[in-house]
Amino acid sequence: MADNLNIHQIAVVPEQVTNIFKPLATPSESIYQISLLTLAICGVIFLIVGGLLVYTIIRFRTRSNDEQSEPPQIYGSNQIELAWTVFPILIVFVLILVTARTISDVQNATHPPDSLKVTVVGHQWWWEIRYPDLGIVTANELHVPVSDPAKPRRTVLKLQSADVAHSYWVPQLSGKVDLIPNRDNYMWFDPKQTGLYLGNCAEYCGTQHAHMLIRVIVHQQEEFDRWVLEQQKPAVDNREVTAGRKVFLSTSCVNCHTISGTIAGGKFGPDLTHLMSRDTLGAGAIKNTPNLLRAWVHDPQKLKEGCLMPDMQLSQQELDLIVAYLSTLK
Amino acid sequence: MAVQEVALARAPEMHPSIITRLHELVVTVDHKKLGLMYIAAALFFFTVAGSMAALMRLQLVVPNNDFISPQVFNRLFTMHGTAMVFLVGMPILAGLANYLVPLMIGARDMALPRLNAFGFWMFFFGGLLLYFSYLAGAGLSGMGSAPDVGWFAYSPLTARAFSPGMSTDYWILAILLGGIGSIVTAINLIATIFCMRCKGMTLMRMPMFVWLMLIVAGMILLAMPPLSAAQIMLLLDRFLGAMFFDTQAGGSAVLWQHFFWIFGHPEVYILIMPAFAVASEIIPVFSRKPIFGYPFMVAAAIMIGFISFGVWAHHMFTVGMSSIGNTFFAVTTMLVGVPTGIKIFNWLGTMYGGKIRFELPMLFCIGFLFQFLIAGLTGIMLAAAPFDWQLSDSTFVVAHFHFVLIGGLLYTIFAAIYYWYPKAIGRMLNKKLGLWHFWLFTIGFHLTFDTMHIPGFLGMPRRIYTYDAGRGWEVFNMISTIGVALQAAAVLCLVINLLWSARKGEKAGDDPWDAWTLEWATTSPPPAYNFEVLPKVRSRRPLWDIKHPEDPDWRYE
Ligand code: HEC
Ligand SMILES: [Cu+2]
Ligand SMILES: [Cu+2]
Repeated sequence: MADNLNIHQIAVVPEQVTNIFKPLATPSESIYQISLLTLAICGVIFLIVGGLLVYTIIRFRTRSNDEQSEPPQIYGSNQIELAWTVFPILIVFVLILVTARTISDVQNATHPPDSLKVTVVGHQWWWEIRYPDLGIVTANELHVPVSDPAKPRRTVLKLQSADVAHSYWVPQLSGKVDLIPNRDNYMWFDPKQTGLYLGNCAEYCGTQHAHMLIRVIVHQQEEFDRWVLEQQKPAVDNREVTAGRKVFLSTSCVNCHTISGTIAGGKFGPDLTHLMSRDTLGAGAIKNTPNLLRAWVHDPQKLKEGCLMPDMQLSQQELDLIVAYLSTLK
Repeated sequence: MAVQEVALARAPEMHPSIITRLHELVVTVDHKKLGLMYIAAALFFFTVAGSMAALMRLQLVVPNNDFISPQVFNRLFTMHGTAMVFLVGMPILAGLANYLVPLMIGARDMALPRLNAFGFWMFFFGGLLLYFSYLAGAGLSGMGSAPDVGWFAYSPLTARAFSPGMSTDYWILAILLGGIGSIVTAINLIATIFCMRCKGMTLMRMPMFVWLMLIVAGMILLAMPPLSAAQIMLLLDRFLGAMFFDTQAGGSAVLWQHFFWIFGHPEVYILIMPAFAVASEIIPVFSRKPIFGYPFMVAAAIMIGFISFGVWAHHMFTVGMSSIGNTFFAVTTMLVGVPTGIKIFNWLGTMYGGKIRFELPMLFCIGFLFQFLIAGLTGIMLAAAPFDWQLSDSTFVVAHFHFVLIGGLLYTIFAAIYYWYPKAIGRMLNKKLGLWHFWLFTIGFHLTFDTMHIPGFLGMPRRIYTYDAGRGWEVFNMISTIGVALQAAAVLCLVINLLWSARKGEKAGDDPWDAWTLEWATTSPPPAYNFEVLPKVRSRRPLWDIKHPEDPDWRYE
């Protein structure tokens, strides 16, 4: 595979890339703080109440010698009731204050004007990714610049859906936000480290909900700029694969897929203009290797059962030609 | 006693054939028979829906497993969830209430016996209709089978465009029927409790069980209609192009979520209040003390009932509500924690200073107390909206509500079975088998659901039919699945026990547990008319007063 995209220079996938307790951006960090606080409070309550329960059960079990008599009959006590009403109210009060603050911190943050704006559109079962200010359209793998303290750079996602409800969840960057048809939702993050971040669609959206995976690739600013330049170029037009290109453009692939600079302008499936710049196919279902690409074009139903790209019934020759052509789309 | 002897003497001559007996079940309007029919049907659906869960766990036991296809998996969790809520939880609640409320308030039957039978048959055929979708869901278009839209069926996944065939229609109709059954039962319970109490049984002398069932009935009346309305709107969408929820025609997806959860959250409390009801009867009897703080328990339950109607959007913290909306629902949700805490503390207060007897019903109630405590605390975590942005729709949520519904509700259902089976059948359940049931189930439950919280922290969403290796989810999923085997073995112990003890169990007598409420004042099983002479009561524990004339309760109340 190609060398122009730097994906391979990115550090190896870190351990536990989807652990919510390993936050690497501001929103996930604030959530992490309140999570720890809530966990601690709940843990203490559990120890106290659980401890009381265990104590009561052991202390007041029936012993063999005094089976007969009944214990003193106690009907209640107003003071005690008051005590165990007031204490929980105080705890709840503290939690409410912290919660309200975090909600406001995350939701009402104002974004600097130089924030990177990206629109993510959920489709059954892949993500359309658009950079309206940069004129880039791609799919499934979101590329953003790192936000280091010296040069903070925020990314703001506008979330939309083309069909049913989905949910964008990259635990290390932020909590999840749903993508709902006829509605614009927003999410933001400022990744503190370069590297690969993983996530999933978190709202059940039909057959292949499980294979609607998210990859966010965080670059150094210069690296990101290079990626942008590559993506802004029109599709590679390689003379050697003219035959494949012809076959592609004469099959119904064009009704569902776009390749810039050709008549292929379909919007139902992922944009293929720079297909080979992506690491995976089918929203993370499989790796993007020559063999798997061929297998995908041959019959995607075998690799992602139920997905909305049909088995195209290509002959071996057509398949060879089309795959050769697609392989040049760096 | 004379009447019963006559009945006994006549019995052998009749030899009712199986047809006669079935016919009797079909035409019966007796609250006890209907109650047992509800429970039996619910247990049947429980084993079916439970087996579906086992299949899902098998699929998830290792990463990239291909035991089950995605389509089948999605149907499994939809049917499992729908069945467990509407065909197990609701009817078992109706069954317990039907059987016990008239006995506990010293009445001869429910206020509206025919309506009662109607409610049962609506639920029962609704249930069959839901499962019939496996055969008929494909409809004329030949697409689909059982419903696969998830038990909360978020629109627009249910629109014709995304759900062709008839599967979603079966889902709608089955739930509509079940809803009618539930509403009818609620009306009947309210009428019974308000109009049929025996002499001396004022509202504040009713057993806690009856109080809680009254509150549940009130909540059903308020919560079910929004669901039924939404189902009808969805039907109109699907057949007449009404476009309420059809986003492609400008409908609103979020509207459905509001409708669903305005029902859905109170529903959670509708399902857990019966657990409170059972625990509030069993814990006092086996601690040998009256319930601690009765008026506070009643007040707390009413408060929970009210607040639970103002928290629904905590299921929607991720749909993009404003920060004010999110804060509001976080606040109300945390507030429910207060009365719920009061209930737990009062049960603790009941046990404190008592003489606790570890019979099976009490063991299950103790399990309930611990597990419900954990469920409540994970609920607080989910109520902290930012935490929920991470946890929502992850396996953590699945673990949380299984702690509520299994660790909470199901444990008290088991407790109720061990406690009242002797009353209903006249024989005790075998204690040894019961202990096997308890320990196997408890170990299995904790293996499955304690571990299930963790993949949620590690980013595993719910409802995925498979997952890749390498995210740290494998071990936990493996242990979860192993736990299922133990739970299944435990349920098998219960089923064997239920069947075996009906014939061979030790005779129970009228009052095997030395208890205090009116159902123990009549024979086991009770005669069709419940009480020869309708009882008169002077306190919350009429049988205590009789057993302890030197120190009756009515002196203190
Ligand atoms: C009916 C519309 C449709 C047609 C026709 C179609 N595709 Fe697709 N294609 C899709 C959809 C939808 C996806 C995304 C599937 C998923 O990830 O769930 C897709 C995915 C792909 C991908 C993977 C893209 C990625 O980045 O994941 C490739 C490559 C592809 N199609 C090639 C082709 C070729 C070549 C043809 C013609 C032989 C073709 N498609 C015809 C709808 C279509
Ligand atoms: Cu999705
Ligand atoms: Cu809720």
